Formats: sequence, C-alpha cells, structure tokens
Amino acid sequence: MSVVSAPATAPAGGPAPDRPRRLAGWRRIAVGAAILIVIMSAIRTITGAGDLTSSGTIGAALGLAVPIGMAGLGGLWSERSGVVNIGLEGMMILGTFGAGWIGWQHGPWAGLVAAIVFGAVGGLVHAVATVTFGVDQIVSGVAINILGFGVAKFLATTLFVGTPGGGSTQSPQVDPIGTFSLTGDLLKPVEKHGWFLVSDLAGILGGLTTQVSYVTVLALLLVAGTYLVLWRTPFGLRLRSCGEDPYAAESLGVNVYRYKYIAVVVSGALAGFGGGFLAIVAASIYREGQTGGRGYIGLAAMIFGNWRPGGLLAGAGLFGYTDAMQLRSEDAVHALLLLICLGLLAMAVWLGVRRRFLTAVVALAFGALFGWWFLSSDTVPSQATFATPYVTTLLVLALASQRLRMPAADGAVYRRGAGR
Amino acid sequence: MSTSGLARRIGLALAAPLLAIVFSLVITSFVLLTIKANPLDTFQAMITYSGQARVQTLIINSAVTYYFAAVAVAIGFRMNLFNIGVDGQYRLAAMLSAAIGGNIVLPGPLHVLVIILTAVLVGAAWAGAAGLLKVRRGVSEVISTIMLNFIATAVIAYLLAPGKLAVSTAGSNNIGTRPIPASGQVPGIGLVPGSQDKVYGLIVLAVLVGVGFWFLVNRTRFGYDLRATGMSESAAVASGVDVKRMVVYSMLISGAVAGLVGIPELVGAAYTYSLDFPAGLGFTGIAIALLGRNHPVGIALGCLLWGFLDNSSQILNLRDVPVEVVQITQGVIVLSVVVAYELVRRYRLVAIQRDVARQLASAGSTVQGASA
Amino acid sequence: MDPTTPAVELRGITKRFPGVVANRDIDITVARGSVHAIVGENGAGKSTLMKTLYGMHRPDEGTISVDGQQVVLHSPADAIARGIGMVHQHFMLADNFTVLENVVLGAEPRRGVALDFGEARRRIVGIGEQYGLEVDPDALVGDLGVGDRQRVEIIKVLYRGARILILDEPTAVLVPQEVGELFDALRELKAEGLSIIFISHKLDEVLAVADEITVIRRGTTVATVDPRSTTARQLAELMVGSELPSPQTTESTVTDVPELVVNGLGLLGEDDRALLTDVSFTIHRGEVLGIAGVEGNGQAELVETLLGIRTASAGTVRLGAQDITHWTTRQRREAGIGYIPEDRSRHGLLLEAPLWENRMLGHQTQAPNVKGALVDRAGARADTERIVREYDVRTPSVDVLASALSGGNQQKLIVGREMSGEPTVLLASHPTRGVDVGAQSAIWDLLRAARARGLAVLLISADLDELIGLSDTIQVLLRGRLVAEVDPANVTPEQLGSAMTGAASAAEGGEAA
Repeated sequence: MSVVSAPATAPAGGPAPDRPRRLAGWRRIAVGAAILIVIMSAIRTITGAGDLTSSGTIGAALGLAVPIGMAGLGGLWSERSGVVNIGLEGMMILGTFGAGWIGWQHGPWAGLVAAIVFGAVGGLVHAVATVTFGVDQIVSGVAINILGFGVAKFLATTLFVGTPGGGSTQSPQVDPIGTFSLTGDLLKPVEKHGWFLVSDLAGILGGLTTQVSYVTVLALLLVAGTYLVLWRTPFGLRLRSCGEDPYAAESLGVNVYRYKYIAVVVSGALAGFGGGFLAIVAASIYREGQTGGRGYIGLAAMIFGNWRPGGLLAGAGLFGYTDAMQLRSEDAVHALLLLICLGLLAMAVWLGVRRRFLTAVVALAFGALFGWWFLSSDTVPSQATFATPYVTTLLVLALASQRLRMPAADGAVYRRGAGR
Repeated sequence: MSTSGLARRIGLALAAPLLAIVFSLVITSFVLLTIKANPLDTFQAMITYSGQARVQTLIINSAVTYYFAAVAVAIGFRMNLFNIGVDGQYRLAAMLSAAIGGNIVLPGPLHVLVIILTAVLVGAAWAGAAGLLKVRRGVSEVISTIMLNFIATAVIAYLLAPGKLAVSTAGSNNIGTRPIPASGQVPGIGLVPGSQDKVYGLIVLAVLVGVGFWFLVNRTRFGYDLRATGMSESAAVASGVDVKRMVVYSMLISGAVAGLVGIPELVGAAYTYSLDFPAGLGFTGIAIALLGRNHPVGIALGCLLWGFLDNSSQILNLRDVPVEVVQITQGVIVLSVVVAYELVRRYRLVAIQRDVARQLASAGSTVQGASA
Repeated sequence: MDPTTPAVELRGITKRFPGVVANRDIDITVARGSVHAIVGENGAGKSTLMKTLYGMHRPDEGTISVDGQQVVLHSPADAIARGIGMVHQHFMLADNFTVLENVVLGAEPRRGVALDFGEARRRIVGIGEQYGLEVDPDALVGDLGVGDRQRVEIIKVLYRGARILILDEPTAVLVPQEVGELFDALRELKAEGLSIIFISHKLDEVLAVADEITVIRRGTTVATVDPRSTTARQLAELMVGSELPSPQTTESTVTDVPELVVNGLGLLGEDDRALLTDVSFTIHRGEVLGIAGVEGNGQAELVETLLGIRTASAGTVRLGAQDITHWTTRQRREAGIGYIPEDRSRHGLLLEAPLWENRMLGHQTQAPNVKGALVDRAGARADTERIVREYDVRTPSVDVLASALSGGNQQKLIVGREMSGEPTVLLASHPTRGVDVGAQSAIWDLLRAARARGLAVLLISADLDELIGLSDTIQVLLRGRLVAEVDPANVTPEQLGSAMTGAASAAEGGEAA
C-alpha cells in the first residue's frame, strides 16, 4: 500500500518536534501550558462556565484519559518497531474481559494483571501473523478486532451467566481499587471563590490530586517509563531502529524479528491494561461494548502526539478533557467554542506576520465561524464533542502532515536478508 | 488452457479458504469441547436447522446485505486500498436515504430509485472524502476512513432526533426516520419453494452489482488500470496510468456500493432507519472480501457461509451453547485465511515456474509459441 | 607489528555462482597505511570481491590474510572483529535518528541499564578530531547532506575499531567539493595508519587519491599499477580491453527527418541536486542513438523524464512536430513512444497476470487490446499469440503468468509488444539485460529490422557489444551531462572508456593528475 504524497501547507502549532531538545523543549511546554491556563481562566471568567477548570472536570478528564492513553501507548510501542497495530480495540476488549473475569474472583489487582495478560495474548497473535507470516498488518489488525470481540462475547456468555450480578453482557461486580488524595479539601474553598487564575489553578491542581486512582499513577509511570526505555536505553534504541530502518539495524547485528515481537506483545499488554482500567477503575465491572472505540481514539492520540509519549499524553489529555466536559456541563462545552475562536484568530495573526496570507485568511474565516457559532447558540450538540477526537485527528493529518514524523519504516514488510 | 491446468488453478484458488475453514472448525471444536458440548452434534444441529425454509430465507437475506459490503471492500482491495469506512458509509447512506424516502411521495419504481440513488451518492461522497484526503494531503485511507466512521456515527446521532430527521414511534423508546410509504417499499420474492417466507426483493440488485463488479474489473479499460495499479504501481505508472485519479475513482465506486448495504433491509423489511438498525456490517464485509479473495463468486459463497453461521447459530440457544461461538469461528477464519493465502501464493509461484519449465523442456526446443 | 606486513592479502580468490564465474583467481595486496583502489566496469566482479572480504560469503577457492594471518570470515561480524569495516554505496542510515544514534546502534556504551550518551558523544567527537571527520553528534541524519552522511558512515566503522576500510563507490553521490573533502579525510586516515580499499570506476578521482591501483576485468585481476606512472587512458584501456567489437550494420538507414528532439533538458532531484543538466540531442527516423555511460550517471532519469514519469525542470522535448514537454505518460505512449524498461519486473510487467494481459500493458487504450471502453479479450489474446509466434516467446500458452517465463522470454514478449504498438520512437534501456545469448541476438535483429523501417531508437546500454553493434551515433552521459559524441565505426577503446569514466577530465597528455 503506497501513500501518495502531497505537499502540506501551514503547520498547526500542535505536536512537539521529534528532536530531544532537552531544556528548550521543557521550557517551551511549560510556557505554552501557562499561556493556555491563563486563556482558559479568562474564558471561564467571561462566560461563567465554572466547569471549564473545575476540579471535578479535571479529575474526570484524567480518568477518561487513562484508557485512551494506554491504548495510544500500545500503538506507540508497536509502531515504533515498525508494525502498524489497529487491533488495539480488540486487545482492549480482551483486557476488559480478563479484568472482569479474574477481578471478580480474585480481587482487582489480580484482575489488572489478567487484563494485561489477555491483551498481551492478542498482541502475540498479531505478532505471529505479521512478523512471522508476513500477513498484511492492517488486515491482521482488523481480524484481531473481530476475534477479540467474538472471544470476549463468547467467554462472557459461557462464564458469567448464572453468576451473581453477571450475565451474558456483563460480569459480576469487581471490588474497587482505592484512590488517594494529596491535597484533600484544601483547595476546594479557593476554587469556589471564582477568582481569576487563582481559582482556576486551584481547580486544576485539585482535580489532578484528589481521588486519583493508584492505577492512574501506574499509567502515568508507564508513560514516563516508555520514554525512558525507548529513548534512553540501548534496548529502546534498537527497538526504534526496527521502525526507522530495519535493514540498517540488521546490518549492525540487531535481531529485528525479536524486537518486533517484543514491541507488539507489549503493545497488546498496554491496550489490555487500558481495558483493565475501564473495567476495574472506571466501572468496577466488565460490560460489553465498554471500550467504545477507545482503541481507535488511542491511535488518534498517538498520531496527534507525533508518536512520542509526551505528545501522546497531551493528546490523551485533550480527548479526555473534551469527553469529561461533554459529560458534565453543556455550558463549559459551549465556552470552548470561544476558546477555539480566539485560538484561530491568534493563529491568523501569527500566519499573517509570517506572510502566509492565504492560510491566514482561511484561519480568520474559521475563527469568525466559531465566534458566530458561540454567539448564536446556547449549547453544543453532544455529538459534536463526541466527534472531537476524530475530527481533530483528520485535521492534524490533513494540515500538519509535514510536522508529523511517523517512524520511517512503519508498516513496511521486513524479511531478514532482503536488504539492499 | 488444458483442463488439468484449469482444475489445478481452481484447486489452488480454493485451497486457502478451505484450509482456513477447516482450521477454524478445528479450533471451534476445541472451544466447544471446553464447554462440554459435542462438536459434531453441534454442527449437525446447525445444518439441520438451516434446512428449514424460514431459516434459509434469513440466510439469503443476510447474504444479500453482506454482499454489498464485501463487494465495496473488494473494489478497494483490488487497488491495494483499504476502505475500512464501509461501516460509516452505509449507515449514513441508509439514514439519509430513509429520511428522504419517508418524506417524499412518488410513483412506485421512481420512489425506490430515488432512495437507492441517494444511498449511492451519500456513500460515494463519504468515501470520496477519504480518497481526496489521500491524493491531496497524503493521508492514509486506513486512518481517515476509521475516523470518518466515527464522525458518521456522530452525524447520524445528531440527525436522528425528533424534530430533525426522526419521529418517535408510538409506544416504544425507539426513534427512527419517518416510515417509507408503500410506493417506496420493495416486495419480497418467494425463492424458497414450499414456504411463505420471502427473500429481499433487492436480491436482484445484489446480483446486478456482482455482475457489474465482475464486468467492471475484468472487462473494462478502467478495470484493467485498476488491477494493474493494485498489482504493480510502478509498472502501472510506466504504462500511463494516472494513479491519483484511480485512487479517487476507486474510493467513489467503493463508497457507492457501500451505500447500498443497508437498502435491502430498509426497503424490504424495516422501512425506517431507527436506533436498532444493524451496525458493524462494514467489518463483516471486510472479513468476507478477504475470504472470497475479492472475487464476485467467492464473495457470494462467503456471504452464504457467513449467513449460515449467523442464522443457524440461533439453534444453539436450545442446546446451551453460547451463540457467540460462531463469532470465534468467523474471527479465526479471517485470520487463518490471510495466512493461508500468503502460504498458497508462495507455493503457487514456485509450482508454476517449475511447471512451465517442465512443459517447455518436454516439448523440445523446436516448439514455437503454442496456441491455446 | 612489522610495518611491511600487508594489511590485506587476497590470493587466488575464486567465486562461482550458478552459470557465471564472478571472480577468478584474484590476487591483491593492500599495503598498510595506503589507499588501494580497485577499478573495473559494472559486472567486472568488484562487488562480489568486496562481499567476500567483508564476510558476506565465502570464496570457493583462495585465501584471505589480514595483518599477516590467514582468516576465514563467516559473517560481517567476523570481518568487523578483524578490523575490517565497510562503507556501502547505498547508505544504511536512519533519517530520523541523530548521528550519535546511528553510529552507536548495536554497540552502545552503557551506564547500568541506560545508554551512556555522554560517553558516546565523547568517542564520536574524539574520532572526528583524530581523523578530521567533524560532524555534530546531535544532528538529525535526515537534515544532513550527502557528504556529511558519508562521513557518518565512516565514523560508524571507525567507532567499531576498523583499521581497514572498504569504500564502495564512495564518490558516486558526491559533488566535486564533497569529493575533495572526502579525499582529505582519506589522507588523514592513511596518516593514522589505516588501510583503505577504494572501489570506483571514476579514473580521474582514483588517480588523484590512490597509492596503488588494481584493475579488474571480467572477474580477474588484470594489472596492478602505480598511479604516478600511469595515465588515465592507459587505465581505461586496461578496464575496457584492447579489443572493441566492430559494428555489424552495413548500410545506414538514417534519414534526415528528426523524430525526437530534446533541447536543454534539465532535471532536479531531492535537495535540488542536478540529475540532468542541459541534455540536448536529436534522433532521426531510422537512427539509433546509443547512450554510453556507467550506471548511475543519469540514464534512468533521462528515460523517466522522456516518458513523463518525472517532470523536467528545464528544456523541451519534441516528438515530430509536437511539443510534448508537458504531456502525461499516457499521452506520450499513445503518441507512439515505446518503452523497453531496464527493470522489467518493476516497470514492464505485471508478474502475477497472464501473458495476454501483459501484452496490453502500456497499450491499454488502443487496439487490438481494447474496443471502446471495454477490454477486447479475444483481440488481445489473438495478438499475443501472434507475438509469441513472431518473436519466438517460449511459453506453453498465453494464459501462463508472466512470472513463469524465463527472463529472455519475458523480454522478447516486451519487445514484441512494444514493436506491435507501431512506435515512432523506442526508448530501449538495457534491452538485453539478464537475457540468454539466443534471445539477445534475436532482440538485436528485431531492433535492426525496426530501424530499417524508420524507427527512431534511444538505446541505453552498459554492454559495449550491444552499443557499438547497434548504434549509428553514440553519446556519453556522465554526471547528468552529455560529454562526448563518438562514431561507433571509428571509436577506440581508450576514447570510449575515458569518456565514460571521466578520465578525459584528468590532465591531458601522458601525465596522471
């Protein structure tokens, strides 16, 4: 399958560049985050939509971001080794099932382990089909989605019917895993006051530090760990080389097959872990259809994050945030329109300064459109926020493809000894 | 070509799917054994059950629906394009054409025609968007069609509300588009002898689409260019094919056929697009296209197999076997058929080369090119 | 160690493959601390020899000695362990990785579990300073120019402790300034006691940098010479042989009607490298214009531009009276440009399709293959059978897949198909490559007959028999420019070899550079 290449125009400010520019990168992110918080605070003050930065929303966003992020992390591991994995949804489903089945019987932590194992098995099947048998990676991914769905459904019917609270579409209740709070109720009063910036910061910090599940912490550690392993160890360098130029790696003695296998199995394990989070932390139960397409949203987050853990975190956070807002407050979603309008206007100015007039006018037009939408309506249909991750991904791919750096050999078929 | 050569070709063509089906049955048997069900009894029950006329009608109806999905996917596959968006394309097409069909009144055949045309245009447009994104912005059609699937879901959810395109049906929680009046309904055909059950009238359309697909791909200049691009893009470019244009056209045609997936049910039974309209048929289409190796007849057989598995599994309820076991069967078929095709393909290339060398050697060195 | 012990000694190396002897009785001695060049034409056996030295395969006969000790190399890892490092012609670098990451991959310095970036950086900078190969370890390889990338490849082998470097056609992708920088680096390496084996076909460069030159022709060592006492022309004669085939055409069929007129054609590649510069020529009806030159000098790009697969950045192309510079490939094929590709499996055939469908390829909009918008199966099949008869394509039937035919028969089918399209211009790129002798002379006869009927042919070939035997005129393509025109009836081996290898740009007279 070839990708017909075409020129891209204006890079949107989005994904971070690929180079490990240590301090400069961190500083830039910190500055960007600060600016974003100030803007959000301003909009909150203007529109009165408190839920924009409330601890409730932020806390919910964090919880919703975890499964997306874990699926995306799985996709990252696999694609960094050169194997496209669109079977993440199926692997995640297997994870939810494993969590429900074992978790109900042996406790939530065992359930989490089972979720990882079930997901890893899905990854193993994908690895065998694509790496050993050379089957097309997309086809294998689709097949695993079909298979994962069917296996989970079958096993659920077989194992859960007749159990207390369980049935063919859900498992019995699983005990919850505890949460912890770092700041307790300290920040709540500050948040309630509604002061510009201070209350927003209190809300954000509060959301990030109260009633956080231990599993969430584990997930964040996995993201950080992925960065350290893949970018700071010889193992990670070799794995990534399989996704950039496997024949060059082969010529230097790297066993490409082995690294691809490891990466794809880890990919499945992470997707399974995400499913485990859904079943144990988010719902305390396995339920059919629980994943709701998060395997695909995870892929979207991975693309949005330019195949880097930091970017993935931002993408998962963004998608989790919009999801949380939609669930909690229509006012807040509506206020986001103003944010997008202002963002587009700012981009139009920036593009104009850079003398890219045509794109600046386009940005201006869309900014006006969003502004008009904001002013002429009271609510945003929930389906629009539902579609946000998907529309965002399409926009990023269509407009910022030059900035995106997919691993160079992602999706390519590798056969040992076939190099130039 | 000699008859033995033809037989050999057919044999090789069938080898992979047969291998896959047998392998899948073996795995299914293992699964059945783990839940203490007798595999042979189970299979037999399903086959017996499918002998009933009512079940046969259901099987054919399922097959008709699947056929459009599989053909849509196959058109893309012939050009190495993955139209994973069949799912979103058909649902959007079905909803919009149901909404239009329910709100207009036209004489009989014209009414149906408008419904079908709407579906075709909507499906084509939704797929064409992905095609344009690919040739103009280099966006992989795999990702874009997946994203468009979800966006279609959002659009449908938004429009399918009372006051927009839907009306609520009295006495139930279901909402759907305004029912299509009689002039837009297509009567069934009594295919199965000795029974009152009728098969979707649009089975005729399915046959036409199958023939059309075969004809387009194998007998037209366009089809030649399409297959050439799928076989070797570099050779196609050197021969003058405009690959970008081919990508867009293929996606449009694939989407057009995808739009038809929901229509047999729409104008033959449901007469409305409601919340419980069948979903997920796009992925069924992908599975069957792979099984049938993108060939109209192979796909038809695959549709019948899938229809059989989906419908006669109902009997399993009476035998305490989860109906979902057929989903495992189906999933394993998909995975193993692609592995099997790869293995058979490699074997076939080697065997043919050996064969030709042998034939030429035995024919002697004075043979000019033989005529068939 | 005794400084007079040669770094590498190859004695009697012979390597056979099915049907061909790639190396026969090769004897080479590489002195320590020297640059030893190995020159020869394409197909002379240089690459096979270097693969043997790098452990990629074992010789059938003969011995290899490294630093005075006889060795057997089972794999590149063995060669690396013995201090041999190979810099390939086609770089093996990951564009998205930094220089550092590319260099240390597979041999990373560690600090516990982590990669010790500091140590890696130190060692790379150290190598850079020691050998004059400066490069920024944190630069992305994708951002680097070709000369810098080559430097990274050299650092890669030095990092692994190589004392003997094999450079395979290192200047093939460099511009003159980069070549100068490379040679400076090689002198530094030499001064540090490293031994360098330099494979090339560019005689002017070889004379500039080598201490000793070994010429290989047809798989065996012909001579080892001292560059200080050899001229480029003498080298060229050694490479090409003293006997050139004589042209076999007796009467000229060249008319004065121009069929293909190319004027000032230019082509830019990635990074705005000039792939073709100011190429101009005219081919008349009944004329065969041969393009001589070592591969990689722009031949493939010229053909692709003439076909419309690549877009020219300058210049015009006229077919008869029409300016086709901006026409699409399909338009050009329909207007009568035939094409015999150099790589038939990638550009000329659909391997998994039957012969009669392959007959259509390139002509799928014209009779007898199509009628209106439909494929005319009967017409195409009948015509394929005619081609199979007339062009002696050995096949049991026209339904056989193209992949089942031998290379020679595939090529005959392609020739037959192109001729049947009644072309006015034929672009023939290495038309008898990989074809058995019988098929080869058949194809030559076909080309001559077509020429007599008025066909204008652009013939690109590395086979001098073919080039001289078929062409009415020969032009030489070097580094994207036409540098010389020769008359096949009168050309001498030195002239042709010199022009093709750039020796003509070396100092005139009897002196070497």
